[in-house]
Amino acid sequence: MSNVSANSEYVSYLDHHGKYKGIMSWIMATDHKRIALLYMYSIMTFFIIGVVLGIMMKLEMLTPGETIMKAKMYNSVFTLHGILMIFMVVIPGLSAVFGNFFLPIHIGAKDVSFPKLNRFSWWIFVVGSIMAVLSQVLKDGPPDTGWTFYAPYSTTTSSNVIMATAAAFVLGFSSILTGLNFIVTIHQLRAPGMKFFNMPLFPWALYATAWIQLLATPVIGITLLMLIAERAFHIGFFDPALGGDPLLFQHLFWIYSHPAVYVMMLPAMGVITEIIPTFCQRQIYGYKAVAVSSLAIAGVGFLVWGHHMYTSGMSDTARWFFSLLTFIVAVPSAIKVFNWITTMYKGSIDVKPPFLYALAFIFLFIIGGTTGLLLGSVATNVQVHDTAFVVAHFHYIIFGGMGFAFFAAIHYWLPKMYGRMYDFKMANIGLVINFIGFNLLYFPQFVIGIQGMPRRYFDYPAKFQPAQLVSSIGGFILVTGLIIMIYTLVKGARKGAPAPANPWRGSTLEWQIPSPPSVENFDEEPVIKENPYDYK
Amino acid sequence: MFSKASNFVYGVDSAFLIITGISVFFLVVLTALMIYFVIKYNRKNGKPAQQIKDNMALEITWIAIPMIIVLYMFYIGWKGFIPMRVVPEDAIEITAEGSMWKFKFEYPGNKIADTLVVPIDRSILINLKSVDVLHGFSVPAFRIKEDMVPNKPNYSWFTAGELGDYDIYCTVYCGLNHSNMLGVIRVVTQQEYDKWLLTLHEKLKDSPQGMKILEKNGCIACHSLDGSKVVGPSFKGIYGSKRKVSTSGSEREITVDDAYITKSIVDPGADVVVGYPAGLMQPYKSLSESDLKLINEYLKGLK
Ligand code: HEM
Ligand SMILES: [Cu+2]
Ligand SMILES: [Cu+2]
Repeated sequence: MSNVSANSEYVSYLDHHGKYKGIMSWIMATDHKRIALLYMYSIMTFFIIGVVLGIMMKLEMLTPGETIMKAKMYNSVFTLHGILMIFMVVIPGLSAVFGNFFLPIHIGAKDVSFPKLNRFSWWIFVVGSIMAVLSQVLKDGPPDTGWTFYAPYSTTTSSNVIMATAAAFVLGFSSILTGLNFIVTIHQLRAPGMKFFNMPLFPWALYATAWIQLLATPVIGITLLMLIAERAFHIGFFDPALGGDPLLFQHLFWIYSHPAVYVMMLPAMGVITEIIPTFCQRQIYGYKAVAVSSLAIAGVGFLVWGHHMYTSGMSDTARWFFSLLTFIVAVPSAIKVFNWITTMYKGSIDVKPPFLYALAFIFLFIIGGTTGLLLGSVATNVQVHDTAFVVAHFHYIIFGGMGFAFFAAIHYWLPKMYGRMYDFKMANIGLVINFIGFNLLYFPQFVIGIQGMPRRYFDYPAKFQPAQLVSSIGGFILVTGLIIMIYTLVKGARKGAPAPANPWRGSTLEWQIPSPPSVENFDEEPVIKENPYDYK
Repeated sequence: MFSKASNFVYGVDSAFLIITGISVFFLVVLTALMIYFVIKYNRKNGKPAQQIKDNMALEITWIAIPMIIVLYMFYIGWKGFIPMRVVPEDAIEITAEGSMWKFKFEYPGNKIADTLVVPIDRSILINLKSVDVLHGFSVPAFRIKEDMVPNKPNYSWFTAGELGDYDIYCTVYCGLNHSNMLGVIRVVTQQEYDKWLLTLHEKLKDSPQGMKILEKNGCIACHSLDGSKVVGPSFKGIYGSKRKVSTSGSEREITVDDAYITKSIVDPGADVVVGYPAGLMQPYKSLSESDLKLINEYLKGLK
């Protein structure tokens, strides 16, 4: 093992339980690394439930008409699937898990600025999640509005909308506080000698993300409160029957929910930007361009929400304005892709599972991104808006993008987090199956979407059945791959061979300390390099 | 190469093809590059990595080129779209009304149809409205789609270029039977159209007030007036009939009267007719006393 771990003071954060014992040493933990693991376990649980719900829908879609459930149930299943996956998996996802774990280490800090606030954020997250579960079991029945809660359906349906929106409202606070904590941490706790442009690019991505969390999340908070007030007290914000405007809800909802897409994607891009240089042993190409493009995406991303509403009846001026900005915000993402691929040029490429996941990410992200162009262009949007095409597009972005980046991250950092290594061969098998299953599952949705198959349809005309069948088979293959992947990772984390401090020859700070890290991360002052990706 | 189903197909499909073409080009080139690099610069080949300095000119190029490409994409997308909002003066005006979960079409002269029949080669303006929640009016073959928003008029228009039947889908999620909210556009010759118009009957100017309330609240979507079973029990002959209901889990038999009907509207979960799932119908608490009375009166007459 590494030379540092021979140090007699070294106690792994996994063994150091502080004041409390057993489970309490986790629930009461303020160590950013323990909190990261808490988030990871909760998020993985929700992810698995979400996948089970997804597969139930795919079973239902096997044949037209009723296959395994009734329309009412299907509607609540896609609603819960969306709420879980968006608010409880992908929005916290990378920043709460890997951001918490590696942001302080990347900048040479012992912890985040407010460790207790960090613990509190996780508690809020748990409370919000419990409320989401409650919304499923309370008397009026599970919500059936879709995760978008569009009014006036959401203000009139009899299901538990109040509890579900209250859950999303509470979860928002967890996100806001995490963002706040990260911003302050990056400003205050960078090790001496580390300027902004000496930081690795993952903290850069988290920094841009944190600003979105802080500024955009309150908007959805207010919106959901307005919805609750409308349901509870019949105050007419959105329902025309009460004198409200349904488009107002859509605007407010997307003012948050479009930037939220970047809360998912920016950290994902950050992860890929860490992995590629390491496995190519080459400094990232265009460091500044990548760093600044994160801020550009975050900034312009605030102004494009209307592309979800081209057909909503908003004014024609708004339609072209939002379309133009949507196309402009595509450019910084393209720049990142070019930089990643150029970083491979003349590198020394080690094709290990994290790198393969990064490649899969780039491929899926290009498909997700370019189909986004078809959605951003007004004429073509009219054809594919609210169809299976959109379902395919956002799964390519959030599952193929953010999800595969999460998988890449866990294959990359698991040896650091647990001090153990997983089986490469099994990991590669899982990856190949995931990749094939994913494309079979979602690609057919592009095709039937173009032909007009609407989304959120319990039933469908028989002409769409062949594609639905392929898609369902893809779903089963994907689930097989996920099971293999999770099994391999869990087995590796528990019983794998001890991992060295720097298994991938990485150059950022987490690889200069033992695996797993000690409680305070750095038992000796870290040496700050001017260039975080210096492989000489 | 492009279908002639409507006047918008060309604009939309050409934008689609150009954007998809450029996208596929980038996907193929970038993927090929990745694979090539992985093979060529594989660590197994034993060559050490070369650190390469950033090149300003290169980076500006790959900011500028995508910028030009996306601005071009924006332009063709916008160009294909503008005509969809510019309705010719001489268009035939038809109103499409969405309600949970069906489309209804109102022709000039206060005539009502379930199928949208239109003459070929004429501009048709469709005024879109909704009586309850959001709905979508989507005709994939015509490349048109606009939302139907309660209390906020919206519109769409087209000129059909080929005879035949085309699907209409509701594309904005609107609750339980959203996926059954389908319709048909039938494109016919002008002669056939004129003939068909004559067969349309006029909408009852003064349908009973109770009926209007039922329509407005979308009750008819689930409760038929002719005895057929849709989602809930039919209204035909309901008043005075006997039925088995389950009240908090235990079954009992009741006779339908004013009190029962009113309760079933404001609190449908209290007595659930045996054989129908509980919880499907939402409570309609916003109906006024007088509305409830009118409904009761109307149902009494529905033998
Ligand atoms: C095996 C994995 C998955 C399967 C089989 C699956 C399948 C589906 C299906 C069938 C729908 C419904 C589409 C419709 O009704 O038109 C859906 C919707 C959705 N999915 Fe997934 N999905 C999976 C994973 C994910 C992941 C990982 C995410 C997010 C990270 C996600 C996010 C969503 C969202 C936001 C919706 C929209 C819900 C709504 O319309 O309200 N899904 N998914
Ligand atoms: Cu968006
Ligand atoms: Cu609908």
